[in-house]
Amino acid sequence: MQRIPCPWCGVRDEVEFHCGGEADLHWPGDEGSDAALAQYLYVRTNRKGVQDERWRHLYGCGRWFLLARSTIDHRVLASWPPGAERPLLDEGAP
Amino acid sequence: MTRSRFGALALLREALRGHRGWQPFWRHPEPKRHYDVVVIGGGGHGLATAYYLARNHGIRHVAVIEKGWLGGGNSGRNTQVCRSNYFHLASGRLYERSLQLYEGLTRELNLNVMLSQRGVLNVAYGRHELEHMRRWFNAIRMNGIDSEFVGPEEIRRLAPLLDPGARFPPLGGFIQHRAGVSRHDAVNWGYARGADALGVDLVQDCTVTGFERDGERVTGVQTSRGTIAAGAVALCAAGHASEIARLAGLRLPLVSMPLQAMVSEPVQPVLDTLVFSPSVHSYISQSERGELVIGGGCDLYPSYAQRGGVASLAETVRAVVQLFPRLSRLRLMRQWAGIVDISPDTSPILGPTPIDGLYLNAGWGTGGYKAIPVGGETMAWTIANGRAHELIVPFGLERFERGALIDEGAAAGVAH
Repeated sequence: MQRIPCPWCGVRDEVEFHCGGEADLHWPGDEGSDAALAQYLYVRTNRKGVQDERWRHLYGCGRWFLLARSTIDHRVLASWPPGAERPLLDEGAP
Repeated sequence: MTRSRFGALALLREALRGHRGWQPFWRHPEPKRHYDVVVIGGGGHGLATAYYLARNHGIRHVAVIEKGWLGGGNSGRNTQVCRSNYFHLASGRLYERSLQLYEGLTRELNLNVMLSQRGVLNVAYGRHELEHMRRWFNAIRMNGIDSEFVGPEEIRRLAPLLDPGARFPPLGGFIQHRAGVSRHDAVNWGYARGADALGVDLVQDCTVTGFERDGERVTGVQTSRGTIAAGAVALCAAGHASEIARLAGLRLPLVSMPLQAMVSEPVQPVLDTLVFSPSVHSYISQSERGELVIGGGCDLYPSYAQRGGVASLAETVRAVVQLFPRLSRLRLMRQWAGIVDISPDTSPILGPTPIDGLYLNAGWGTGGYKAIPVGGETMAWTIANGRAHELIVPFGLERFERGALIDEGAAAGVAH
């Protein structure tokens, strides 16, 4: 069972959370091309290693936050609220 | 060649001399410096692509390069289901062709793939789910594929293990009688052996580290065993497709997730068909050895860990016990996971890419095994002709820009 740190509620079991997928997606704007929209909606980096993700504490406080997590060994490096500065992380080997 | 090597006389001869004369199924060649086609990924789709390139198109100067061992990824980790009961016409045509190829595969590969067309039964427990299934069943019939709508009595006959005395028994469902299971190792080994016999080099323990480029064209692959030039490259790497495509500067609409499966201890025959319940998202069949083979949904977060988490495992087991309370004391023997490449519409991404010379076979997600024959056949045709095979035209990478998604996930009511 993964243990996920909610920035507001502390560390909880993964079953309380919903993973919203990788972060750093940027809305291309109403005038964005089809290609830009497809990039935003569908195309993903899908990194094997540490990536930033959006998670929601669905069965808890209900709030969204950001999580730096390794997709290889599920190690969590940090979590932080939306809008806050991303902490400086020693990501080690990817 | 293979036909005589494994005939009745050979069996008799080897039985009399202690089975010491059998030869390995395939060679272990050093990679050459150049091939007409390099296939990345020695799973079912990669091996079938190489086989059909040689068999159907006479392109025999082909290498399959595999980071691990042949059939060691999802091709050997699935629950062996073959079916074509899909909602959309494009999917129906694709998977039906695959099922037809499976029906002739034992003869084609001269290796018994143990296809058992025992039927796949989808059951509904709620009124709305039943209506949804009726629509699904009608779509399958409209696609020209066999499917039968069944009521509670018929379900009781088909799968008595679905507790007839349950408080909430199934209300109905549909069955595709031609669907079933086969032996995944035999499929992998059959294609590997067949490709090898036709001159294809199967290179294991060989990792792709980069691509050779000439402007917009891919001209080869860099590997842990040296650079290999190629007229065309087919990327058939399932869960690792994104990682390898990135080496060529291509990002894909895929997310890699673990999909688990598990088997119970062996018991007497209790289940003839495969039973699937979308509402609890779990399915189950019984193997020839008597084990109950159980599958469920993905672990719903990106991961490359080929293990699977306990949360999803518990959810799947809970679902099976809900469906079959009588199995509650059965012990699980093994559990494992494969990394599946989920596309936004849970349909595969097939055909040429924006990079000349690079072809893509990915995005099969949780359902790649059933499509191995058609994946290989259409990919081989596409490479040989330089344009997408008719069956895979709707499944091109460009569909995401056009918004022409083929949403089988929504059609099945589950993440698929």
